[in-house]
Amino acid sequence: MENKISVTNLNLYYGQNHALKSVSMDIPERKITAFIGPSGCGKSTFLKTLNRMNDLVENCRIEGEILLDGEDIYSPKVDTTLLRKKVGMVFQQPNPFPMSIYDNVAYGPRIHGIKDKRTLDEIVETSLRGAAIFDEVKDRLKKSALGLSGGQQQRLCIARALAVRPGVILMDEPTSALDPISTLKIEDLMDDLKKQYTVAIVTHNMQQAARIADYTAFFLVGEMVETGATSDLFSRPKDKRTEDYITGRFG
Amino acid sequence: MACVFVRGIGSINLEFLTTVTSAINGTFGILGNIVNALYIIVITILIATPIGIGAAVYLTEYAKPGKLVNLIEFTTETLSGIPSIIYGLFGMVFFGTSLKLGFSILCGSLTLTIMILPIIISTTQSALKTIHMSYRSGAMGIGATKWYMIRTIILPSAMPGIVTAVILSIGRIVGESAALLFTAGSAYLLPKSFFGHIFTSAGTLTIQMYLSMSKAEYGQAFGIALILICVVLLINFLTKVVIKLGTK
Amino acid sequence: MARHTFDTELQNLKVELVRMAGMVEEQINNSKEAFKRKNDKLAMDVIEKDRAVDDIEKSIESKCLSLLLKQQPVARDLRTVSTALKMVTDLERIGDQAADIADLVRHMDGEHIYSIVQHLPPMAELSVEMVHNSIMAFVSEDMELAKETIEQDDKVDELFDQVKNEVVEILKSDPDKMDSSINFLMIAKYLERIGDHAENICDWTEFSETGDYKNARIL
Repeated sequence: MENKISVTNLNLYYGQNHALKSVSMDIPERKITAFIGPSGCGKSTFLKTLNRMNDLVENCRIEGEILLDGEDIYSPKVDTTLLRKKVGMVFQQPNPFPMSIYDNVAYGPRIHGIKDKRTLDEIVETSLRGAAIFDEVKDRLKKSALGLSGGQQQRLCIARALAVRPGVILMDEPTSALDPISTLKIEDLMDDLKKQYTVAIVTHNMQQAARIADYTAFFLVGEMVETGATSDLFSRPKDKRTEDYITGRFG
Repeated sequence: MACVFVRGIGSINLEFLTTVTSAINGTFGILGNIVNALYIIVITILIATPIGIGAAVYLTEYAKPGKLVNLIEFTTETLSGIPSIIYGLFGMVFFGTSLKLGFSILCGSLTLTIMILPIIISTTQSALKTIHMSYRSGAMGIGATKWYMIRTIILPSAMPGIVTAVILSIGRIVGESAALLFTAGSAYLLPKSFFGHIFTSAGTLTIQMYLSMSKAEYGQAFGIALILICVVLLINFLTKVVIKLGTK
Repeated sequence: MARHTFDTELQNLKVELVRMAGMVEEQINNSKEAFKRKNDKLAMDVIEKDRAVDDIEKSIESKCLSLLLKQQPVARDLRTVSTALKMVTDLERIGDQAADIADLVRHMDGEHIYSIVQHLPPMAELSVEMVHNSIMAFVSEDMELAKETIEQDDKVDELFDQVKNEVVEILKSDPDKMDSSINFLMIAKYLERIGDHAENICDWTEFSETGDYKNARIL
């Protein structure tokens, strides 16, 4: 098993606030890795460091090393646009842009300079198929994406992320705004995605982590308390704090 | 309004709308003023819109929140409350005298630009602020640069707000007199050359109305007033339509 | 403690399980006594009480399933619930076999049936002790006792072989005792099965504490 991302001794500060404390962990390739933990534990922050979305935050300072395919993503040479092409992101709220379904998916490729109509058509179709939504929208590609249901919008956002052909997809609580059926569809989709992509997901829903993730990491107040195979973590956690959290006896 | 309508409708006829006031021909018409008004509107909007939108985008998207931004926003709000005659005074002194533009459309337009910038900036800013953060992070998350994101997502989404700002500004220009009296002058002639006209003196409808009134030609004044009211009504109606389209 | 309802329900589940274990222990004890003293009334009593054991098994099973459905337990909680679910089956089987032995005793003739087959009394004593120990190990979460009890099963198996040989000898020397011999053999077989179930209870106790079942991971 190869590690796609390897994090060593990562510390992150928001001003005086020490938000991530010496986090070290590996994210294996073509697997789903879930980050769980109570609100404010740093799991989302950690996820965002993986494609440098934290760069956008004021006063955010990072120490340590994050290797993507063996290369440090915080090295000054790194172009964040290219990094984010390799490490795509899907957010909690489905956020399709106020344009057509087609243009939403083509948005990423266009950023990276693809203009040829036929190439774009092909990318749009593959991406929509990849996100298991093509059949639902193929007759309305030119219609506004805002007319889709929440679950469809989220799958569209996943298609949009797939369109730039990333190696890694980060998902920040991708189903927390969706109904249970849409949630299960997305979970099914994630299972398909891991055949081609490395997926890292933040979730508040522990059952979801238990259902879909191959590996799970538990965060608590900025610390990565425990990481391991999901089946281990949920059946026999090593750390008392993990046990307390997953059995719901936290705090 | 009924009073304006009753007293104004009598003065409006084909000649009133299609001729230029001329002592030689013995006509009184406002065509020249209409053309002047159009000139002023177009030029002012052409100057003010890019600056206003640029400033709004800078203030909301780029500038770090802090004292400077607060100061600018405070100033903008204050400026929109200042009586227009003060703009006229400033325009006359700064553009007219210091920049030697004299009484001209350009001088008037520049003055009006300063006057309507606050409207454009604050309206555009509030339109930008209502755009959900998730669009921004969504676009950045797949590798868009900030400027690309603003061009392709933020500005298109803010377009209804921006159009509203422009229409409101046009309304303000149409109704403006005090700021123009000392800057654009009061000439009522038709343009002699298309571009050269912007350096000549030109009175708009409101200015002509002011002049008519000072000559006690109340019929003419009411006629112009009626037309102005119609134009303003039309503009307000347009604004509503645009807002409605935008929120769909 | 953030999950008050869940904790209360888990506690209730344990109490029920201990109550059932107590009932089963009493059943097998009485069954052995009925055998020892050829007490038909006590034997009848055991047979009748078996229904109560079955009822409590159903009640515990339904509690477990409802906890799985409603609380989706993980880690230690999941082990507690699944242990209970598996353990009731073993307890219920022990109860059944106690009733089966009582039934056989009722239909046997003679005052001194208990010591006709010499190895049967120690086997009965040992099996009953195993049941007692396995339940003690579960209630007091005593892994040492659980291990010791598991080892006792070998002794029970050994005694069973000896009983078997003895019965064969009896049959050879006196073919008229065919019926009673078969009854003794069946009682011995039930006791041997009871030993196995007691061993299972110890295995599940170990799983509940460590997550390992017979030294292998099943979860």
